[in-house]
Amino acid sequence: MTRHLLTAAILGGFVILLVACAEMLGIRVFDRIATNLCISLILVLGLQVFMGNSGILSFAHIGFMGVGAYTSAVLTIPLQMKGMALPELYLVFKGVQLSPYLAIPIAGLVAAAVAAALSYPLMRLSDAAAVITSFALLVVLHTVMTNWSNVTNGPRTLFGVPRATDLTLAAGVAIAALLGALAFKESRTGRLLRASRDDEVAAGALGLHIPHLRWRAFVLAALFAGIGGALWGHFITSFSPNAFYLRETFVILGMLVIGGANTVTGAVVGTFIVTGAFEGLRSLEGSLNSAKIFSEQVIGLTEVVLALAMIAVLILRPGGLFPSREIGAIIVRALSKRERST
Amino acid sequence: MTFALQFTIDVLSLGGAYALMALGLVIVYGILKLVNFAYGELIMVTGYTLFLMGGSGLPWLVMAAVAVAMAVVTGVLTDYIAFRPVRAKSITAVLITSFAFSTLLQNAALLFISPRPRNVPLPALFSQTVEIAGVITPVRNLVTIAAAVVLLAVFAWAMRRTVLGIAMRAAATNFTMARMLGIPANLIISSAFAISGLLAGVVGILWIGRIGSVVPGIGSEPLLVAFIATVIGGMRSLEGAVLGGFLLALIDTSLNYLLSQELLKFRDAFTFGLVILILLWRPEGLLKGPATGQRT
Repeated sequence: MTRHLLTAAILGGFVILLVACAEMLGIRVFDRIATNLCISLILVLGLQVFMGNSGILSFAHIGFMGVGAYTSAVLTIPLQMKGMALPELYLVFKGVQLSPYLAIPIAGLVAAAVAAALSYPLMRLSDAAAVITSFALLVVLHTVMTNWSNVTNGPRTLFGVPRATDLTLAAGVAIAALLGALAFKESRTGRLLRASRDDEVAAGALGLHIPHLRWRAFVLAALFAGIGGALWGHFITSFSPNAFYLRETFVILGMLVIGGANTVTGAVVGTFIVTGAFEGLRSLEGSLNSAKIFSEQVIGLTEVVLALAMIAVLILRPGGLFPSREIGAIIVRALSKRERST
Repeated sequence: MTFALQFTIDVLSLGGAYALMALGLVIVYGILKLVNFAYGELIMVTGYTLFLMGGSGLPWLVMAAVAVAMAVVTGVLTDYIAFRPVRAKSITAVLITSFAFSTLLQNAALLFISPRPRNVPLPALFSQTVEIAGVITPVRNLVTIAAAVVLLAVFAWAMRRTVLGIAMRAAATNFTMARMLGIPANLIISSAFAISGLLAGVVGILWIGRIGSVVPGIGSEPLLVAFIATVIGGMRSLEGAVLGGFLLALIDTSLNYLLSQELLKFRDAFTFGLVILILLWRPEGLLKGPATGQRT
């Protein structure tokens, strides 16, 4: 028990430290980066809940982020803006305007409900087939978001989403997500699911209903993604379906893989490292562009470096930086070892 | 009658391209259990090679041959650089590596060439149409059908009659056993990547022939098609991949005729919905292929 509390305290401490730093520095840019980091953290933790415990790679995660973002947007865009932002909106939603703080949890629940309805048959698949169908699911969600202009304004940018997310809210939700992911990992479902991850045949022989266990984790992950997406929507205030596609998937996956998909610690550490590196590279890209050293704009440098880093981590440390033990367990172990030796 | 012929030509030409794409993906999957996300980028490499040679004044066939050769070389190189070091690790690690490598290649094209579409040189043949029994059809559709028939026939012959082909089929069934019987693993894997590159190159030429230009993201649609076709057909069976390709083309073409304009925008969603239904019915795909699923 101590080690779990220690893990929660240390990782939560990271987030609180980040908020404290941002508040003390008071620079707008840093505030924005920290908020983005907290939102990414919610998404990465959601992915960790499914991928870390079930061992199956899921590409659909960012699709549910999109579901959350659009749900919350439709519910909260001010009435006088609705005619302009969503001209083809269904009549039922025309008169609806909720507080963002109410819409964000609803968005999470809608994403979870969509996931629950769509994913049950997919959970029977393992390995490559599971990955490919989750990829197909991402494409389906993206196609629907791009073409369902009644609700999403089609491929065009949706604007007029009220700004509601600040650093404290994002950090608060991130800490809640952190505790949720840790609690799920140690819950009965989480433990059984990890048993199925390590040996599917043995776990099935012991009577586990593997598709059902995976399904629970998937729905929980979609809840995280939906809430993360809604928070992001209320932070950025205008977005288009392309925000929820392969590029975002790649970044979120990169964070989880570099940190280590099997542990919550890995998810947190990966998010911090990759966000830091990303912001650094993006400002480098920006200064290269404004200095006009090259004749054309420099695009894609950030992704190239992240891809190389991911491949390097997979070659050198295939489990990521924290492959199997949470930080709390590592510390407790180290302490007890020292006690024994003295 | 005219409609039936039109429909058949549409399905066969689309299906031929889809089947080749799926085959290129599944030949690597069968041996390595690796779903190669970077496969679509081989098509991109083909396109950019054609574009870069656009001003050289060589005959088009030579340019096309060089472009296909570049796809083969890139295919083999991805194996050496990215997959060989992680091959022994978990399936997920290999998958993520291929996804990262795909992003790497795409963004390298963005960074070093341009995000804007580039026109590629194409022979006049690709924009002509012919009339067969009252049906007007682009010549490139017939070229696609011919290329698919020839390549599939050669491929089927090579897999059954040549030593390399038999060795590759053995490796796909049970890799450890094949190695114990003296089949060199690296040679087999490199050949698989080379064949995969060859198929991607040919498909790339045909695919770009439809569009006429190349962008960094050009590989994503063929990749998706190949994914879905292999999942429908059965991930472990070469025949399954071909069957899946033609079946997917049949579904796509039928939906093109059946769906109203309003719903046609959602065609991809319908197709993938159907795929999910097929998987509900047969999680293994339509054809099962060799029994061993374990990666060795």
